[in-house]
Amino acid sequence: MDGVSFHVDRGEVVGVVGESGSGKSVMALSLLRLVPDPGRIVGGRILFGRTRQRDVLQLSEADVRELRGSDVAMIFQDPTNSLNPIMRVGSQVREAMAAHQRFTAWEAGQRVIPMLEKVRIMAARRRAISFPHQLSGGMRQRAMLAMGLSNEPSLLIADEPTASLDLTVQAEVIELLRDLNRETGTAIVLITHDLAVVASLCTRVIVMYAGRIVEQGPIRRVFKSPQHPYTWSLLRSIPRFDGGPGGPLLSIAGTPPDLADLPAGCKFHPRCRFRTERCSAEEPPLEHVTGAQEARCWVLMRNALPAREGGPW
Amino acid sequence: MVKVARQATSQATSREATLLEVRDVSVHFPIGAGFFGGEVVRAVDGVSLEVRAGETMGLVGESGCGKSTLGRVIVQLLPATSGQVLFRGVDLTRLKGERLRMMRQDMQMIFQDPYGSLNPRMTAGEIIAEPLSNFGVTRARGRDRRVTDAMRICGLNPAYVNRYPHEFSGGQRQRIGIARALVLNPTFIVADEPISALDVSIQAQIVNLMDELQDRFQLTYLFIAHDLSMVHHISDRVAVMYLGKIVEIAESSTIYRRPLHPYTKALLSSIPIPDPDLEAMRRPILLKGDIPSPISPPRGCRFHTRCPIAQFPICAEREPPLVDAGGGHRAACHFPGKL
Repeated sequence: MDGVSFHVDRGEVVGVVGESGSGKSVMALSLLRLVPDPGRIVGGRILFGRTRQRDVLQLSEADVRELRGSDVAMIFQDPTNSLNPIMRVGSQVREAMAAHQRFTAWEAGQRVIPMLEKVRIMAARRRAISFPHQLSGGMRQRAMLAMGLSNEPSLLIADEPTASLDLTVQAEVIELLRDLNRETGTAIVLITHDLAVVASLCTRVIVMYAGRIVEQGPIRRVFKSPQHPYTWSLLRSIPRFDGGPGGPLLSIAGTPPDLADLPAGCKFHPRCRFRTERCSAEEPPLEHVTGAQEARCWVLMRNALPAREGGPW
Repeated sequence: MVKVARQATSQATSREATLLEVRDVSVHFPIGAGFFGGEVVRAVDGVSLEVRAGETMGLVGESGCGKSTLGRVIVQLLPATSGQVLFRGVDLTRLKGERLRMMRQDMQMIFQDPYGSLNPRMTAGEIIAEPLSNFGVTRARGRDRRVTDAMRICGLNPAYVNRYPHEFSGGQRQRIGIARALVLNPTFIVADEPISALDVSIQAQIVNLMDELQDRFQLTYLFIAHDLSMVHHISDRVAVMYLGKIVEIAESSTIYRRPLHPYTKALLSSIPIPDPDLEAMRRPILLKGDIPSPISPPRGCRFHTRCPIAQFPICAEREPPLVDAGGGHRAACHFPGKL
């Protein structure tokens, strides 16, 4: 990951899109200083706070631990690996609350069932005394969410929360995240490879490629008028059944680059059908296009295409 | 565009040419062994299906619905507990030994996981050549040529013939899997989730390759997937499975525009669309509860426990048959099109 800057406003839902190796998950982990060895955060600042901003990178280990799970919660793709298999679900939710000083032990105990109900786990009393393997995948993901939300965080980081779920269950989890955001005002950073899920849930999107932000902006602008060729191509490479264009899908040549051996210049240029000479020599900066939309490209789609073909559809 | 054209031709030839017919196939896996025989998982339960020559039949459903099991039974990687699989009119479930082997040359499979389905200790060339030696093409010269041809056709550089799977990217590995399936010149290919393990930008490459190969070699595909947008894109007809049964089957354009079974409708309403404006209007039909266990599926209609329009007692007592609602659009529901 290299030189990534972005912000999340209070109560906002921001999507971070990228393929494997784009750096999207590492970015999420770095927000909580959880980057696995041998990775290191070598520079920059991560500011967090409502009124008084603190730099996460300057906090003591104890303060960071307090931040994780209380003010900032994280849920992962595979809920099975994130739950303790030999501990009842209700106890795990209670433990998540007891780990921070926000609630007394008695309060925490009282809050378990309402939390499970809040994430729409049916028959919450019975489920609270179940073990994780007795729950379905969707229910496990909801139990994770109950743990994450139990301390009323102001930010939830969700890393591919629906990737391992079936379509109908995915729809439920998306609805749930949407409602929770509306009701509690918890801001969400949604990390995913699925552009459609981002269109469904987010107000702003960040597109990552090879460890860099290549485009970001309000969701409508980026989807209707993507300016980076990578975003543009990605939107044209996924099929739609709702009256989108028929015909062959646009395929992006080549493969995502090896992070240990990145090309010079723009990291996308070897796969880009709009590249110019400058693209292989010099890496473009992330620059304003219009309003709050930014793109890291020397060409920009509005210049690469005749006006009537501007949108991906 | 491509698909529309293909659909027209497949319709024209459909009456005469059924390549594969699955007749009332069930696959039951025993679990445990009690005194009275223990319980069985009814992975596939009385499925009938026909695939026409040259078409792409999409098979969709959520995990555990039996779609992959059905795919494996069709190519005889798994035995059917009962029922028949007719390929060119010959019942494969009754064939043994050499005759089954000869039939199987004509039907190949592409697997989901390009990492797990290739032997890491064999080179790309050895992997692609393996079906040839299995089926008696042993002369080295002819074999090498067929391997390099298959590689070239699938967009792989034949110079990489001696590389090992780990030296290829995920998309290239899937191309090796496709080359292996093609090297025997089959007419029928079962593709089991061939793109779901791949990055988004690579999926279109593989789907376009499969499209191109179909036109070039008049292949017939059974395309098994859970990505309904992709299935819509690639398939001429689509069959929807739920809990071991086919609940609906129709031309792809018809089923997406006018689904008759409430499960199909709920499934389609759950597909997120990569367009924020349309997403703001989409209202998914949320199903209550979880998919019931295939060990003891619900009586009557298997979907009635989650169905928003179930009527009692009929839906809980009588199993609806797969009935033609006109034009080959079949649905297994007592109240088709009512949701």
